[in-house]
Amino acid sequence: MNTLAADPVGCPGGPAPPSHTDAGDPAPFVRRVGKENRLSLSVRGAKCGACLSRIESAVAALPGVTSARLNLSSGRLDVSWSGELPAVRISDAVASIGYGAAPLGTNASDTAHKKEEQSLLLAMGVAGFATANIMLLSVSVWGGHGEMGEATRQGLHAVSGIIALPTLLFSGRPFFSSAWSVLQRRQTNMDVPISLALVLAFSVSVTETIRGGEHAYFDAACMLLFFLLIGRFLDARVRRRAYSAARDLAALASRTVTRISEGGTYASVRSEEILPGDRILLAPGERAVVNMLIETGASEVDESLVTGESLPRFSEPGMHLMAGSINLSQPLTGKATAASSDSLLSDISRMLEAGEQKRSAYRRIADRAVSLYVPVVHSTALLTFLGWWLSGLGLRESILIAVSTLIITCPCALALAAPVVQVVAAGRLFRGGAYLKSGDALERIAACDHIIFDKTGTLTLGTPRLLAENLPAGLIDHAAQLARASRHPLSRALTIAAGPGPIAAKVQEHPGLGLEGNVNGTGCRLGSAQWAGANATGHKGATLFFARGNDVPVELRFEDDLQSDAASTIARLRKLGLGVEIVSGDRAEAVAEVARSLGVPQWTAAASPQEKVQRLEQLQTEGRQVLMVGDGLNDAGALALAHASAAPGGALDISQSASDAVYSGGLAALPLLVRTARKARLVMLQNFAFAAAYNLVAVPIAVLGHATPLVAAIAMSGSSIIVCLNALRLNIAAEKPA
Amino acid sequence: MSGLVLLIPVALAMGFAGLAAFIWAVRAGQFDDPDGAATRILISPDLPLAEKPD
Repeated sequence: MNTLAADPVGCPGGPAPPSHTDAGDPAPFVRRVGKENRLSLSVRGAKCGACLSRIESAVAALPGVTSARLNLSSGRLDVSWSGELPAVRISDAVASIGYGAAPLGTNASDTAHKKEEQSLLLAMGVAGFATANIMLLSVSVWGGHGEMGEATRQGLHAVSGIIALPTLLFSGRPFFSSAWSVLQRRQTNMDVPISLALVLAFSVSVTETIRGGEHAYFDAACMLLFFLLIGRFLDARVRRRAYSAARDLAALASRTVTRISEGGTYASVRSEEILPGDRILLAPGERAVVNMLIETGASEVDESLVTGESLPRFSEPGMHLMAGSINLSQPLTGKATAASSDSLLSDISRMLEAGEQKRSAYRRIADRAVSLYVPVVHSTALLTFLGWWLSGLGLRESILIAVSTLIITCPCALALAAPVVQVVAAGRLFRGGAYLKSGDALERIAACDHIIFDKTGTLTLGTPRLLAENLPAGLIDHAAQLARASRHPLSRALTIAAGPGPIAAKVQEHPGLGLEGNVNGTGCRLGSAQWAGANATGHKGATLFFARGNDVPVELRFEDDLQSDAASTIARLRKLGLGVEIVSGDRAEAVAEVARSLGVPQWTAAASPQEKVQRLEQLQTEGRQVLMVGDGLNDAGALALAHASAAPGGALDISQSASDAVYSGGLAALPLLVRTARKARLVMLQNFAFAAAYNLVAVPIAVLGHATPLVAAIAMSGSSIIVCLNALRLNIAAEKPA
Repeated sequence: MSGLVLLIPVALAMGFAGLAAFIWAVRAGQFDDPDGAATRILISPDLPLAEKPD
């Protein structure tokens, strides 16, 4: 390698692209359909229309490509082509313009989620159609009260019933099937009173229509269904977003590996196919997917994602390499010591799963409200029926009043209270640069009272910067001529400081030591103190030494800069009442320095992923709810376990998958996230309080038998609209600068 | 009364037409990528400016 590739750009208007590593050859994921080849890639970092057109046109420009279509909502790029184009050129084309691309296998549950969302949308559309049309007829019945002939009214009711029956059968399925399955398990949920109300309202209305009675509740039944389905659909959409994040994690694990067969041929295979003992080639820039024992080659290995150590480690034959490390300089071959399912990456996904399970034990505010609500509604309706019946009213009238009670108390407002708030808050956060990943994330973030930061890449920029003061002029230019030939993070930092320029002749990289080459005819060395022939000095950060000919070696010092808004963000988080702490896997000096300059008294250094998790558990036993912010693979377990978590947009895919929210555009998004989450919880609670208050008014009216279909229609739609408007208030209030 | 016999079916038929269009749209995947659809309309192919034929 003697040229430095142009730095990838990524989204022109969006966050920095995720750290790019070579995802390997996607060839094993190509499907053949007829004469065409098809490949699906999970593309990371595409955020806007410009990304969309750049990616699609870059791929479409490849020879033989017949179609390339990117789904911006899910990040899925479908490519089909004919001819001999190797699949790796497609993923390279995407990667070369600055986006992450990983092959996607076909996934059954992904399509299942999509189907569910689609069928809810259809059910909602049908219910909306029925509601509008029945309302058209009902309004004429109500408007013609006292004047309309009995036959006309009966006719209009009959038409309403004819529309309502198929609607109920089609759109009511989600509720009926869910109610049926919980009843079989002798439990109850929200869908039980809903189904009961729907079925009773419909059958009572049918008998009323046949009898020629005055009141039919067809419109109420359909409207109820419509409002409930809106809430259900919004909820499903939020959940599918969260799910597609989990799918990206699967894409990460489905990378390919170059296996060396016994005959010495190289073949690219899926990582799942690797067995312990297989020989593997790890090319420069590639991330190890399985744990391996190095057999030949010597190279610098970036383990920052595994251990959090910011400087690369020198690896040579006989050393073990952990899955998740990135090979930086020379090709390595080695023996797989474990299958990919037993490797660290999988350990971490298991930690994630454990965390997810713990998290799913969290009961949402909405669920808690429902569990209080269901028995109250049931017993109220039953008591109403018994009360009227025993006091001498006819059976038919008593049932009618009980059913109207059930309808009017039915939880339109309750079903909309939480999902609408979530959608509004997610939209507000999106504009502020934070993406929510799960629906209940807001509630959990709102409850947090302690925040733990990872250091590298979260509080700091994660890339070293050359301290160029006090260096002799021209020296940087000379050193950079060597550095341009290397992938080492310090070399890259030096290159960035020097800007574009030539590469020295005959540059050789000696892993673990440094670089050697010919600058303007003089032999030069760049690397460790020992390599350049200097004595180590006391600088706390990373250093390189540059020796020109027989001159005295010059020390180049590097520092990992703090994010520009780190200090102000921490001050604002403190103001919100959060305890701030730093837990990092990096060296103690580096962490102490950052903690001191940010004024954070509590910090832990050299923490392994397990220790991070332990620290979280310790805080949890102290009764604190922790918001974890981190970006590395070593944070993923902690991110999944914490009460809530956030990862920067440049973080590794796995960490983004493990966290509840992903933010871009700097740390300033965090206070916004916390503030919006708290506000959202407040609005949600207001909505539930309103739904309860509404019932306090509506129930006596219904119990006393005054809930005609007109009253029910006004009460139900009125309460739903008020709940939605209250949720929108979140948008207005949050726009004001705090 | 005879007006109703005509007008109600007409109203329902119009409603059905809308519903059918909606069902088609969902089935055809019009709602699969709301973010992409919103920006796709702004993308125009970067073709060189063509001279208008006289």
